[in-house]
Parts: sequence; C-alpha cells; structure tokens
Amino acid sequence: MSFDNVYEALTGDGDARWAFGTGFTDPLAGVETAVPPGVDRADLTAYCLMLGDDALVMSHRLQEWCTNAPDLEEEVALANIALDLLGQARLLYARAGHADGTGRGEDHYAFFRGEEEFAGVRLVETPRGDFGDLIAKLLVFSTWRLALLQRLIPSRDPVLAAIAAKGVKEVAYHRDHAARWTVRLGDGTDESHRRMQAGLDRIWPLVAELFTPHEAEVRSARSGVGADPADLRAEFDAVLDQVLTAATLRRPDVPPDPGGRRGLHTGALGLLLAELQSVARAHPEATW
Amino acid sequence: MVTAVTDARAVAETVTDPELPILTLADLGVLRDVAEEDGRVVVAITPTYSGCPAMDAMRADLVRALRAAGHDEVEVRTVLHPPWSTDWISAEGRRKLADAGISPPGAAPRRARGPIPLALGPTVRTVRCPRCGSADTEETSAFGPTACRALHRCRACLEPFEHVKEI
Repeated sequence: MSFDNVYEALTGDGDARWAFGTGFTDPLAGVETAVPPGVDRADLTAYCLMLGDDALVMSHRLQEWCTNAPDLEEEVALANIALDLLGQARLLYARAGHADGTGRGEDHYAFFRGEEEFAGVRLVETPRGDFGDLIAKLLVFSTWRLALLQRLIPSRDPVLAAIAAKGVKEVAYHRDHAARWTVRLGDGTDESHRRMQAGLDRIWPLVAELFTPHEAEVRSARSGVGADPADLRAEFDAVLDQVLTAATLRRPDVPPDPGGRRGLHTGALGLLLAELQSVARAHPEATW
Repeated sequence: MVTAVTDARAVAETVTDPELPILTLADLGVLRDVAEEDGRVVVAITPTYSGCPAMDAMRADLVRALRAAGHDEVEVRTVLHPPWSTDWISAEGRRKLADAGISPPGAAPRRARGPIPLALGPTVRTVRCPRCGSADTEETSAFGPTACRALHRCRACLEPFEHVKEI
C-alpha cells in the first residue's frame, strides 16, 4: 500500500495506527467467553487476578531495566521477557473480566485498583536492586511460574488452559536465561559470586510465600481449574538445586517472611503502582 | 457462498505480517481459518507470543484488505488454542525468511510429560548462516528485536544474523 504523504499514511486506515486515543482491542477479542458450568466465577476471577498481578508487576520491574542493563543484548532480552509477561497479564485480566461477569477490560484491573486489591506475591514487588538481585528474582519467579503454568494446561477453564499453554513456551526461555546467568555469575569472579549470592539471600525470605496457598487457590485446585501452589515446591527445589550446584552457590538459610496473597504488600508496591497508574488516573476518560 | 469464502481466503492469504512484511500471515501460520457465518467473513488468527504487539495491526490489515475486495462484513477472532508453533511456518515462509537473511527455525521442541528440563548450557542447534551458508554459527542471545527472533553470529564470515527461534 502506498501513500502520497506521511499524514495520509498515518490516517489512511482510520485511527488504527495511532498509539493514543484508539482503544486497544480486547486481547481476547473473539475468544469464547463463556465460563464452563460448575466453575465458580468468583474463584476463577480471583485466580486470574493473582496470576495476572504477578505477571504485571514482574513485567514492570523488568521494564525498569530498559536503558539500565549491562549490555544491549541483555536489555533486549529483559524487554522481551517483560513483554511476554505483560501479554500474559493482559490475557489473564481479560479472562477475569469475563469470569466476574462485568466485562471490565484490562485497564480497570491494571490502572484502577488500589494496592490492597492487588493479589500478587511480594517477591515481584521488591525494588530493582542490582543485576544479582534481578537474576535471583527472575530465576525464582520463572522456575515457580513455569511449574505452575505447566499444571494449568489441563485446566477445566479452556481459556486459562490456552493462556497457560502459550505461557509455558515463553517462560521456559525465561528460566533458561536466568539459570545461565546464575551459573555465569555464581561460577564467575569473586565479586560476581558475592553479588549473586547476596541477591539470593535478599530475596529468599519471600520464597516461602510462593508455596503458601490462598483459599481461592485451594478451591480452584480442587475444582480442576487451578493448581495448589504447595504442590510446586518439590519441582522448584529440584531445579534450584541443579542451578545452585552448577553455580557454586548455596541455598540461603534464612527464616521465611510469611505472607500469602492477602493484599498485604511491601512498601515498594505502592510506589510502583503510583508510577504505573499515574497517566491512566490523570486521564480517566482516555482510551489507549 | 463457497466462491465468496474462497475469494475471502485468497485475499486474507495476501495480508503480510506487520513485523516481518516479507511473510504473509498465512506463511507464518498465524492465519488459522477463513469462514463464512450469516453472510459475514470470519477470520481466525492466533498470536505468536502472548505479548505480540502486532495483533491489532494484523486485525486492521485483514479488515482493510477484505473490505477493499468487497467483503463488507468482516469479523476477526483470536484463537489461543492450540498455541502457535514455529512448525506452522510454511515451506514458502521458510524460503522467504532465508532470502531475507533471517535463518528459519528448526523443528520445535517436543516436550515429554513431566517437568520441562532445564538447559544450562548454550543452545546448540544446527543453524546455517543465511549469508555464507556455514554451519559454524553460535547463538549470542535467545532474545532479539521481536519476540520470535534470536541473535546469532557466524564464525566463518563473522556476520551477525537473526534466527527465528523454535517454540
């Protein structure tokens, strides 16, 4: 298709090429939106929001590395991982809007909920830290999420099952990336070893929470929609042992900081959301 | 109406990918179905990755192309299942990729049941340099300029190139 001038090229198709003011299409546009009989709508909503919040907040923390990564290839890698997780969050929020019957879109869940309504784990909120902190967090997060998504492929909710089947392919790459960096840094110089170990030590108190079930997760697991996070621990431990051994790092021996998706967050989430939500809240009538 | 569907399919198959315009959506395996329902053309597409930012552009391009061909009522639906695989890139698509200097994907990984094995070492694939044809290449990053591409380097001619990574 050719255009005589730039303005025509931008507007010739209607507004579809403008980034602002067009309204993104529902990422699940045209996907069957019915909730299967026997599936509890409130639990499915809560479950999709938990997984969506984990992905959105983790994605935001990864996006903070844009222009701050140690090299260009790593910057591209982190942006790609952030984009995959943002896509997962969008699909999960769209599914939550079907499940709760409101038809609310992704913007409502991402931009117009308060900190206490976010049901993500605290691990993803923790401040950016240094590159050792980042890799420790990405290793823990992607190992846990891959084990979780893989168990959701046979979910009784077909949309959640399809989101999980896509996500498994993506997160398997994320986990390999984090694991290779962990080995390179852990089995690298004295300084890289020290900082990789310090990153693990700092994040480790928040690991136990990943395997602490919320009631909605337990009920979702029983009804065949979700997975009980407690069942993921053995696989997580086996992968972490393999990586830490190859990296000459030790598993931190620190007491857990108990928690569990109850809307109680670290102070870091409020600051993160203030930035993430500021533009949407300043222009609440805008479409994106 | 059979002829209308046949025509609509032929039109939809000419629409190109916004990020890899050398390929059509059909070459890429993103175009899943073209059908007729109650006098409307219904096109089904699937995202390559969850975060694929090009889906809106694909929908707009499909609607525009079909309307221009006289199909006034067009609906584009998203299908998520089964998830897209690089195995769906057609032989023609692979040839076009190679011609454009992008190494086409090998066979997608077949996952056995049970936990997905960790890959701690560098990914070893037989990837031929699309410029000089040498198989002496290495992956420099599994993540590239779009979600579906990895960065590679040829040890023979020393040129960097992109590879569509297997999923």
